[in-house]
Amino acid sequence: MTDLLEVRDLTVHFDTEDGLVEAVDGVTFNVRSGEILGVVGESGSGKSVTALALLRLIRPPGRIVQGAVRFEGTDLVGLSEDEMRAVRGTRIAMVFQSPRTALNPVLPVGRQISRLFELHQGASRAEGRARTIGMLKLVGISEPERRARQYAHQLSGGMCQRVMIAMALATSPRLLLADEPTTGLDVSIAAQILELLRELGRRTGASILLITHDLGVVAEVCDRVAVMHAGQIVEVGAVRTIFARPLHPYTQALVRSIPRIDRDVTMEPIPGTVPSLLAPPPGCRYADRCPRVLDVCRRDRPAPRAAAPDHEVACHAAEVEDATARG
Amino acid sequence: MPLLAVEGLVKHFPLGGPGEWLDRVRGRAPKAVRAVDGVSFAVEPGETLGLVGESGCGKSTVARLILRLVDPTGGHVRFGDVNLTALAGEPLRRQRRDLQMVFQDPTASLNPRLSVRRAVEEPLRRHSTLRAAERHERAAQVLARVGLGRDLLDRYPHELSGGQRQRVNIARAIATEPRFVVLDEPTSSLDVSLRAKAILLLAELRATLGISYLFISHDLATVKYLAGRVAVMYLGTIVEEAPTAELFARPLHPYTQALLSAVPVPDPDVRRQRVVLAGEVPSPIDIPGGCRLRGRCPLAQPVCAEPVILREVAPAHRVACHLV
Amino acid sequence: MRWRRLTRNRLSFGALCVILAVTLTSLLAPWVAPYDPDNPDAEATLVSVSMRHPLGTDVYGRDQLSRVIHAGRVDLLVALSATAIALTLGSALGAGAGYRGGWVDQLVMRGVDAVMAFPAFILAMAITAALGNSIANVVAAIAITHVPIYTRLIRGEMLRVRETEYAEAARTVGNRPHQIVLYHLLPNCVPPLVVQATLAMGFAILTVAALSFIGLGIQPPQSEWGQMTAEGAGYVVSGEWWLVLFPGFAIMLTVLAFNLVGDTLRDLLDPRMRGVR
Repeated sequence: MTDLLEVRDLTVHFDTEDGLVEAVDGVTFNVRSGEILGVVGESGSGKSVTALALLRLIRPPGRIVQGAVRFEGTDLVGLSEDEMRAVRGTRIAMVFQSPRTALNPVLPVGRQISRLFELHQGASRAEGRARTIGMLKLVGISEPERRARQYAHQLSGGMCQRVMIAMALATSPRLLLADEPTTGLDVSIAAQILELLRELGRRTGASILLITHDLGVVAEVCDRVAVMHAGQIVEVGAVRTIFARPLHPYTQALVRSIPRIDRDVTMEPIPGTVPSLLAPPPGCRYADRCPRVLDVCRRDRPAPRAAAPDHEVACHAAEVEDATARG
Repeated sequence: MPLLAVEGLVKHFPLGGPGEWLDRVRGRAPKAVRAVDGVSFAVEPGETLGLVGESGCGKSTVARLILRLVDPTGGHVRFGDVNLTALAGEPLRRQRRDLQMVFQDPTASLNPRLSVRRAVEEPLRRHSTLRAAERHERAAQVLARVGLGRDLLDRYPHELSGGQRQRVNIARAIATEPRFVVLDEPTSSLDVSLRAKAILLLAELRATLGISYLFISHDLATVKYLAGRVAVMYLGTIVEEAPTAELFARPLHPYTQALLSAVPVPDPDVRRQRVVLAGEVPSPIDIPGGCRLRGRCPLAQPVCAEPVILREVAPAHRVACHLV
Repeated sequence: MRWRRLTRNRLSFGALCVILAVTLTSLLAPWVAPYDPDNPDAEATLVSVSMRHPLGTDVYGRDQLSRVIHAGRVDLLVALSATAIALTLGSALGAGAGYRGGWVDQLVMRGVDAVMAFPAFILAMAITAALGNSIANVVAAIAITHVPIYTRLIRGEMLRVRETEYAEAARTVGNRPHQIVLYHLLPNCVPPLVVQATLAMGFAILTVAALSFIGLGIQPPQSEWGQMTAEGAGYVVSGEWWLVLFPGFAIMLTVLAFNLVGDTLRDLLDPRMRGVR
């Protein structure tokens, strides 16, 4: 069975005044049916650009230089804009950060959802309204009839995010892209939203691509995770495996750099800074920050290699250590 | 004697409008946003008190009340042996030498038209009698303390990264070597990889300069790292206060328990019992009588309709709950 | 680096060049103008565009090119003074109103409303007619009609910057209120002010010209573009088109340039534009 989404060698460049920014470089990963894949990395790692590229939402000066995005067997990169429009919002939907600003401030939220039903499914006004109430209930909004008449500014952040999720799921998409859906929300609300996403994913069978910078969120709801650094995926695999044995130095550094409430650990900041994507170094982009850097790292970009079942890592040092261990 | 003592601090923001006038005419207390509704705590010299809570709990308002950016509706703020709430004008301004603040948004809290040098030198201009050259040197030293090079002195905020801007903010706050710094969510706007550096910097400055902190944050993990004692706020009051280790190991108030259980932990094998609070935080205009958590609390009993006070139930551990 | 910044908006940059050219020409009028503008030449009356008189001559034989150049000084001087006065006064009022709020704000804004109730040109006419025709009175009239623009603008900006976090930070750092306004708030209100001022300069020039056109304000022997246009209008029917066209064109070109230069000037003053992103 083919996976729901197969991304191969996706590369996105931006032609800016200062030069060519290689925002996403040769990104390859799969999203399986019914799973939640986390994409984690610092800001500037290219996670949001990747999501936008999947939906062909990259506008000049950015462009998809190469790569394939096979969704349910069809390559989205080759589709025309009209064909793509049929996919966006219906088969693949997106939920953004800052829900209040993503919602239309001058339309009642209920109307924003019911319009989707009218547009994509030819529903009548009354039908659309009824289904909207149903969606609002599904995402856990109490008093849905009253809330549907309200405007975005009258709702709390958590409620706005629920509305966004309702909008995204209205057309029963197969894939939901969630870009930092809980950043900026209070801890308890964030927990509720994550719970909601997981529950809805399970219920509808949709897969979720969850972009976040928070490893805690990944551990909490994701089945698999891809770690991105400077536009490249450095490690990808099942969440349990990656957390138990992170192999890439960046993943290891990331785990060590966050304060935790479950144990007393010394926090170690990640050394160095993200390299500029304007003229990225030829070899591994983590080379300048890596404690285990080898000569080959600066020359050749490491290729992703299976280190264990459902665990791929792109690192020369990891490969060498693995070979010696098996040696 | 505590370095900073807050006693019964109250801040109500009147709603205004015709409704308020009508209420007054009818002899009723006009409706107001009760942002801070009776908060008391103390910070000893050298201590770091963490103040946690979710949005709307009033913690940022408490920060502004302490700094007298906002005037309290009631209560006092004592700094050393000075009653800050009774001061105004020049005497108040002079106190600012020893009482500073680091704001949440590193970009918004720097004047975009001022160079880094101007921003960091300003507190020195206002509170010291150093000559220009001495000030210049001091600014460079302060920048070095926060890990920034002299070459940034002539840059403008937009030319710096988010992490650098926050360091400039911190530099500005410690320029006069204050005794107390209020940190209002200093790491929330920073990327996760920069947070560690910022926290470590704050800890180091505390050690070398002997500053006391009031660390306000919604990021519990960061607070755990930096604070010696933690106070949890909900709807304008403190519901629990205890030494950090104690609070995280044995949270007694249901709200604290709910909060802690909601923080995602970067370990997929940890499955915690989530304490779930029903519904959402009520509006600070219509605060329910009795315990403020009543209506959302899974353990609510009839007694919870009675007003609740913060009392000591274990050494240095205060809780505002009838059921503890 | 700076060049790239300046030429971001080519039209605006072009406008800046035009203004600089016009200003320089006016400043150096005595040396740039080929003839003495007030010198009549009985043998060269009503000469059309030619090599000796590129813009022709008028009924007294005075060279139009020289007259246009000299007249420009008056227009620019009046517009500049009026704008400078209105800007200073308006900003002070607006800053006070915006920062203090309360009754100060109410008082100032009602005053502004009162002045703005009159159509600007009618008010300028009324003031000039009441005070008499002189350069000073025209400056005063225009300044008065322009003050409300700046007052409202600065007040609005002040309301915005007053709430910023850096304004709060300025207070915690130990600034006194007047220091906060002067060093932190006002400088951040300036950018829209610059654009508005350039637009207003355009209006000021039009107003001066219009007033003289209808016989108020600047009168002969003082030459001024509007007044020259009025004079020239009478000769159109008899075929001496150059008398009305060139002063009119001068007005149009200068006003247009002022309207377009705002963007470039604002960018020049913005520290954020350093390092062009």
